[in-house]
Amino acid sequence: MSSFSVTEPSNRAKWFAGTLVIVYALVTMVPLAWIMLTGFKSPSDAISYPPKVLFEPTLEGYVNLFTTRTRQTPEFLDANPPQTWYEEIVREYDMVIAGPSKFGERFLNSVIIGFGSTFLSIFLGTLSAYAFSRFKIPFADDLLFFILSTRMMPPIAVAIPIFLMYRQLGLSDTHLGMILLYTGVNISLAVWLLKGFIDEIPLEYEEAALIDGYTRFQAFYKVVLPQAATGIASTAIFCLIFAWNEYAFAVLLTSGTAQTAPPFIPTIIGVGGLDWPAVAAGATIFLLPVMIFTILLRKHLLRGITFGAVRK
Amino acid sequence: MSETPAARAAAVTPPSVARKIRGLSDRAIAWIFVGPTIFLLLAINIFPLMWTIRLSFTDFKANRNREVEWIGLRNYQRILTDSDIWLNMQATAHFLFWTIFFQVVIGFALAYLINKKFKGNDLWTTIIVLPMMLSPAVVGNFWKFLYQPQIGLFNYVIGFFTGKDPSSFEMLGQVNLAPWSIVIVDTWMWTPFVMLICLAGLRSIPDYIYEAAEVDRASKLRQFFTITVPMVLPFLMLAVLFRGIENFKMFDLVVQLTGGGPGSTTELTSINLKREAFEKWRTGYASAYAIILFVTVFGLASIYVKALNKVKER
Repeated sequence: MSSFSVTEPSNRAKWFAGTLVIVYALVTMVPLAWIMLTGFKSPSDAISYPPKVLFEPTLEGYVNLFTTRTRQTPEFLDANPPQTWYEEIVREYDMVIAGPSKFGERFLNSVIIGFGSTFLSIFLGTLSAYAFSRFKIPFADDLLFFILSTRMMPPIAVAIPIFLMYRQLGLSDTHLGMILLYTGVNISLAVWLLKGFIDEIPLEYEEAALIDGYTRFQAFYKVVLPQAATGIASTAIFCLIFAWNEYAFAVLLTSGTAQTAPPFIPTIIGVGGLDWPAVAAGATIFLLPVMIFTILLRKHLLRGITFGAVRK
Repeated sequence: MSETPAARAAAVTPPSVARKIRGLSDRAIAWIFVGPTIFLLLAINIFPLMWTIRLSFTDFKANRNREVEWIGLRNYQRILTDSDIWLNMQATAHFLFWTIFFQVVIGFALAYLINKKFKGNDLWTTIIVLPMMLSPAVVGNFWKFLYQPQIGLFNYVIGFFTGKDPSSFEMLGQVNLAPWSIVIVDTWMWTPFVMLICLAGLRSIPDYIYEAAEVDRASKLRQFFTITVPMVLPFLMLAVLFRGIENFKMFDLVVQLTGGGPGSTTELTSINLKREAFEKWRTGYASAYAIILFVTVFGLASIYVKALNKVKER
């Protein structure tokens, strides 16, 4: 497009549009910035009035997030001077660190279940998408649409029979159970998106490979897979983000060993109610990877969101 | 695609070569590739749905170990005549209407502005998109902190600009404000989604249409209403459909923010369903409720898709 094109907005229009968008972006970032700031506040700074923007940063929130603490007598505290910087922080409240909190485990659960279900969704999804794209499968379109429509059900509605089923099978509160569940939820969208990407790969490449003596399998993983890599990657990100953020199933079906971070973070209790700096610290650790991912992979991601939506 | 590549390959290949194409038949491969997915979908999606339908005709309680009785349509009858459930439906409708209203207005405006292609627009777009990528439960929980009467940032900012005392109102605790508190957070979170879809719509309009309008000396305002709006409308309607379905299911964000309170002013159907199923353990009743919700969404969505297709054809 030449710069003299009539459709090119004037500089003044650009400047005006840019200013408004940037103002909106900055306002919309305030809650997220506030989460990150609160993570570095002391409990008294966090609940001060008026809200403090400038404060003395402390890692108290992070220490509280990762540890459990107990109050001790002055004699005990005098007899055992603090060994590490984090113990020193805790000493200000006459406490000692009793052990690690459950946050690490919960975070690890999120990682295991998120990546496990993403891997499974993509593995099964790519195979099926290829089959749906290249072979004649009876009632393929109806099947896909029906499967997609089950996503219209509120998660709680699906959770009732899953809860009963998992109780029977011994899958309640297990990693495997959650991985299978998230895969089952994600796979319909994954197949749908991936089929779109595979449909775009010209058939001629495979035909050439088949004529060259490749088997179907070889043609699939040597020709089709590399071509679909971008599509597979962006679909994987969607699956991962869904599993990472999911709350309803997690809160209903897990309580201990397989509990993920989203149901755990809101329950971090300090002295006298929620420990907001620790909650904010947990939220920061949990949200930051997704934010960084989004910014780094923005090209694929933004295209994927609209692509997936517009295709339906 | 009517032919399979192998069939086409076979057609252009001499028989002697075709015979050399080794490996399993296409049909076998198709089933090997699709089989596990179908199995998983049957196990996680279809089978539970069937089970829910079955349970909805019983008085089963998941926390009791007693004989289950078939009670026919009594669950359905009870739900449809329960006035409390209609209140939940009203709360849901309020939430749906206003979130979609604000998200469409703000989302379209933002997309329109971003489409002016100012310098650095893709970076700012990404920043605007951030809230929708995050965990609604974790973010919703933190908004509860922002909404605190005395110490919350939200109340402070409102107080700063309106001169009201920040401790004089409770966004989450007051019957007249709580429904708006969830609308605000949902709008904050999901406006970017509507924006992105609108942006895709705006970018799909070819330049030559505007150029032709310019040649015809159509005013900018006229161009906006006769070209931009109608061309973006199908995209916008699609965005509304997705937001509608998603917000009808809304659970995590609102549960963390208000938990359905105060009283039941923000008790959306999903939250109510959770109470019936996992707090009162009326499994049969909740199953019937779930089916009614599913049929409602499915029905409304089908009607809507028909309307959408009409708009697309125009």
